[in-house]
Amino acid sequence: MTLVSIKSLSKTYQGTNNPSIDRLTLDFPSGELTAILGPSGCGKTTTMKIVAGILAPSSGDVSFDGRSVLNDKPENRGAVMVFHSTLLFPNMSVAENIGFGLRMRKVQRPEIDTRVATMLALVQLPDLGARRPSELSGGQQQRVSLARALIVRPKVLLLDEPLSNLDANLRLEMRDLIRSLQRDLGITTIFVTHDQEEAVVLADRVALMLDGTLRQYSRAEAFYNRPADEAVARFFGGRNFVPGKSQGGVFLSALGPLHLAEGARTGAGKLTFRPESVRIGASGENTMSARLIERVYLGTQTRLRLLVKGVILEAVLSPDQVEGVEVGSEVMITLPRQTLWVLE
Amino acid sequence: MLGPAFRFLTGALLIVWLVLPIVPLAIWSFAHGWSFPDLLPQEWSLRAWNYALSGRSGVLASLGLTIGISLGVTLISVLIGVPAGRALGMHQFRGKQVVELMILAPTIVPGIAVALGIHSVFIWLGLTNTVAGVMLVHLVPTLPYMVLVMAGIFAGYDAGLEEQARSLGAGPSQTFWHVTLPAILPGIIVGGLFAFLVSWSQYILTLLVGGGRVVTLPLLLFNFATSGRNDLTGAIGMIYILPGILILLFTAKYLSGRNGAVAGIARL
Repeated sequence: MTLVSIKSLSKTYQGTNNPSIDRLTLDFPSGELTAILGPSGCGKTTTMKIVAGILAPSSGDVSFDGRSVLNDKPENRGAVMVFHSTLLFPNMSVAENIGFGLRMRKVQRPEIDTRVATMLALVQLPDLGARRPSELSGGQQQRVSLARALIVRPKVLLLDEPLSNLDANLRLEMRDLIRSLQRDLGITTIFVTHDQEEAVVLADRVALMLDGTLRQYSRAEAFYNRPADEAVARFFGGRNFVPGKSQGGVFLSALGPLHLAEGARTGAGKLTFRPESVRIGASGENTMSARLIERVYLGTQTRLRLLVKGVILEAVLSPDQVEGVEVGSEVMITLPRQTLWVLE
Repeated sequence: MLGPAFRFLTGALLIVWLVLPIVPLAIWSFAHGWSFPDLLPQEWSLRAWNYALSGRSGVLASLGLTIGISLGVTLISVLIGVPAGRALGMHQFRGKQVVELMILAPTIVPGIAVALGIHSVFIWLGLTNTVAGVMLVHLVPTLPYMVLVMAGIFAGYDAGLEEQARSLGAGPSQTFWHVTLPAILPGIIVGGLFAFLVSWSQYILTLLVGGGRVVTLPLLLFNFATSGRNDLTGAIGMIYILPGILILLFTAKYLSGRNGAVAGIARL
């Protein structure tokens, strides 16, 4: 069990002016699975490579259990990285690939054979040890790559978009496998992804990076109902942002006075709420009349665009809730107070 | 794609094309007088071979020297060509095209022009008439092949494999032996083969820089050929082509068109 801390970590690549990551400070709790989430080019892979020791930071520190590891070579760090392009050694069989880390550590042959067999069973490829990597499917290669990392019993496991090359079904299967292996083995795991759904489903905690900086670091739910700022909310599918002023538990804006839950920010700000939080029908408070201006059928859900007092709001509802509501007609909608959140 | 008959025909033509010129050479080496218009020598003899393989002729000493020079040149070519090819194949840097052109230049500029310029520099450096000087000048034509073959190999090589190996616990030298070397070995073999054969067949560069003191097999062969000893020329000629044939047979599988290293040569 290892606590991984990065402090004020920056990296500027040679020949560029903008830092790829900028003064990033983060703690990855021991034994937990933490996701670094962000669009491509936000610096998440760079962060991983620095933790793995493959890349040197421009400034800042990385420590495992409080001890700086910046001067430890990658092979001595105990942090193993799994790349999204699997990178199986083409000149070795599957079993040799998995046993590679142990061979490099001069482990005795019989022990390597036993542990490789255990690993092959663990990733559900028991009979493929003699194959060449090129003879495996993408999903199988990904599992071999994972087994090859796990066999050395790393202190820290770094997964760089391990699901990005897989099709939808394999993705789910692999996601469950990673989650259960991580829980069973209790390895501190850092998982890089650009897919918010993947991050939310897999990770104990999510760190959202945008443009090289950390924007929010919290449990997954908070990104939906307590986003740190508008960019975070937008990244997680937030669509409704109404400027106004919060005072005495009420938000004043073009929509009229809306009651807020306790603990909401006061002063000037932006009101936000999830499209899924909008309710159809009148209620005691926060109810208003809206004109339906557009409706898009999404299969399991229906997306609505509503005009309320000159403000366009978006709502996502299950199709049966809005049956019979014609485009152009007026409906009553309610914004429950516990779903409202005020941003700076 | 092509019919088997066509493939057989081209194969047969190729063998005839390659083997036919050697036949008279082989016959000459066992001939004791062979004059026009006879199809075969009047008399057979091992005289030329006896002389060539005896100490007096200097053929064996020359053979040893030539093997030593060519192996040395090959080794140095590999040691320079692998890192240079890596830099050219994997990295973008300012002036890369100029460097590529400079590496290619010796294959474009006539050898004699290069040799005359180098000769005067080598006199100044005291490298003329020495084996070291000859080896150094052989690098001029061998390095372009080696570097470009390796650049081709490295262009298709994923350095991520090395990062992965390090991350899994391999040190830098372990990473080289277990990951990098197996991936680039075909290139080293093909490039090394070229370097060896190019060095092996150098005549003008050896003659100029070696100043007649460093007598490699091509020089010796030329001496006998110009002195009209056809039987001896035949015998030495046979010895001379032997390494090329052996290497070719030994590495035939690396010379198939599917090999990435060959694609590198195509860039020449």
